[in-house]
Amino acid sequence: MSIKGKAYLMGAYEHPTRDAPDKTTAQLHAECARGALEDAGLGFDDVDGYFCAGDAPGFGALSMIDYMGLKNVRHMDTTETGGSSYILHVAHAAQAIAAGKCQVALITLAGRPRNGGNRPGAGGGGRPPQGLSDGAPEAGFESIYGGSTHNTYGMCAMRHMYEYGTTSEQLAWIKVAASHHAQWNEHAFLKNVVTVEEVVNSRMISDPLHLLDCCVVTDGGGALVVVSPEIARSLKRPKVKLLGAGEAPKVQQGGKLDLTYSGAVWSGPRAFEEAGVKPADIKYASIYDSFTITVLMQIEDLGFCGKGEGGRFVADGGLISGVGKLPFNTDGGGLCNNHPTNRGGITKVIEAVRQLRGEAHPKVQVPNCDLAVAHGTGGSLGVRHGAATIVLEREA
Amino acid sequence: MSELMTRPIAAPAVTVESKPFFDAAAEGKFLIKRCTACGEAHWYPRTICPFCHSDQTVWEESPGEGVVYSFSILRKSPSGPYALAYVTLAEGPNVLTNIVDVAPDDVKIGMRVKVKLQDTEGGPPVPVFVPA
Repeated sequence: MSIKGKAYLMGAYEHPTRDAPDKTTAQLHAECARGALEDAGLGFDDVDGYFCAGDAPGFGALSMIDYMGLKNVRHMDTTETGGSSYILHVAHAAQAIAAGKCQVALITLAGRPRNGGNRPGAGGGGRPPQGLSDGAPEAGFESIYGGSTHNTYGMCAMRHMYEYGTTSEQLAWIKVAASHHAQWNEHAFLKNVVTVEEVVNSRMISDPLHLLDCCVVTDGGGALVVVSPEIARSLKRPKVKLLGAGEAPKVQQGGKLDLTYSGAVWSGPRAFEEAGVKPADIKYASIYDSFTITVLMQIEDLGFCGKGEGGRFVADGGLISGVGKLPFNTDGGGLCNNHPTNRGGITKVIEAVRQLRGEAHPKVQVPNCDLAVAHGTGGSLGVRHGAATIVLEREA
Repeated sequence: MSELMTRPIAAPAVTVESKPFFDAAAEGKFLIKRCTACGEAHWYPRTICPFCHSDQTVWEESPGEGVVYSFSILRKSPSGPYALAYVTLAEGPNVLTNIVDVAPDDVKIGMRVKVKLQDTEGGPPVPVFVPA
């Protein structure tokens, strides 16, 4: 597939300022976005693909999507190659449009090096910022309150319990299932099988999450190789085919936030629709497990059970391979096996590949595993995050 | 766990967009942003409305009344346990904050709270919330 003729540049805007002491970088990004969209005859709500690079403040795309109130983004790209990033973004946007991943891609750049903003190279430069910051636009209203992964995810769990009657014992079953799987993984950081009682009696870290509701902290890493069908046919390994993919940001929505669901409510259906399968067809699921509550919310949002029914779904071994309805994280997941450099997305894909190849540990291998999902939440479930879902199939 | 929670807060990062908010806080006023084009209040405050994308946003003084939407108490920190929370303001938006001057076991979802502008370490005061 070529991008030739598949995409058009219909809006362009250069901000008139050359010295912006009275604006933030986030504001400049937004003003540029508005200018380019107006030039094209489009509005912010038409944008379904967002591209930015290292000049975007804070959490990059997530901070800017939040600041600008972009509601309909289903494709993001933050490829950073310095000054050439935006040319590369045009090419990536065309690829995304050609692939049907978005229809209106917005690319922004902005900065204030004359006013104390970041300036590439040694020594920085520009006038002193008069004690003013120009970092993440949300920082002055968020980072001062001591938000961490534990307490922002804790707030999600607290609200889920309040709205749906989810219990600590139900959450504990998720750790129990991961530990049942981890016992067979010789590399797992935690190999001991735990009980519901041990989880709920472990030290409270941040209400209502206990020590054993949390993932491990591990060094390590992983890598993946994705190839063309032609290359795949020339190789000797079992072929794992990407059937569908979906992504979505979930941000604070100007303060209209709802902590009971994740971005999986958007990324999941996109991935399943592209794959042409339903959640009920899935034989194995790698589900991001930074905390037990992360798993519970995502399996609801992906449609493996109804909203608010996650607690009953995971209880009594619902996620244990060979026992429950949905075998998950058969490597022991982030909860017991590995969460390398606090980023668990890659290990989610790796275990899904093992399952589809039939190369998971025999004690946890799902019989005839030909269809799997890998899903992740990055950033903070309780503040702003990016959700990603992929559907994978073993090709006979 | 019956001791009232307090939490020392570092100076916030103040930008040219947020300076009016923190200048007002230094004078004892709690401001929010409202868009005059669509009428919606939003949080955190910014120049461009996150709902209708108009730049016709204005500062508005708020009595800072609301209810706890959710919270989590981090049990171990150098200054003792503290409550991170989202508070739903009467004007609508949810605000990320700390709940202070309350015992850990007494924080509940739905409890009524009111803003308190707390001094920071070398910076302007910031909004935290206390039981109403």
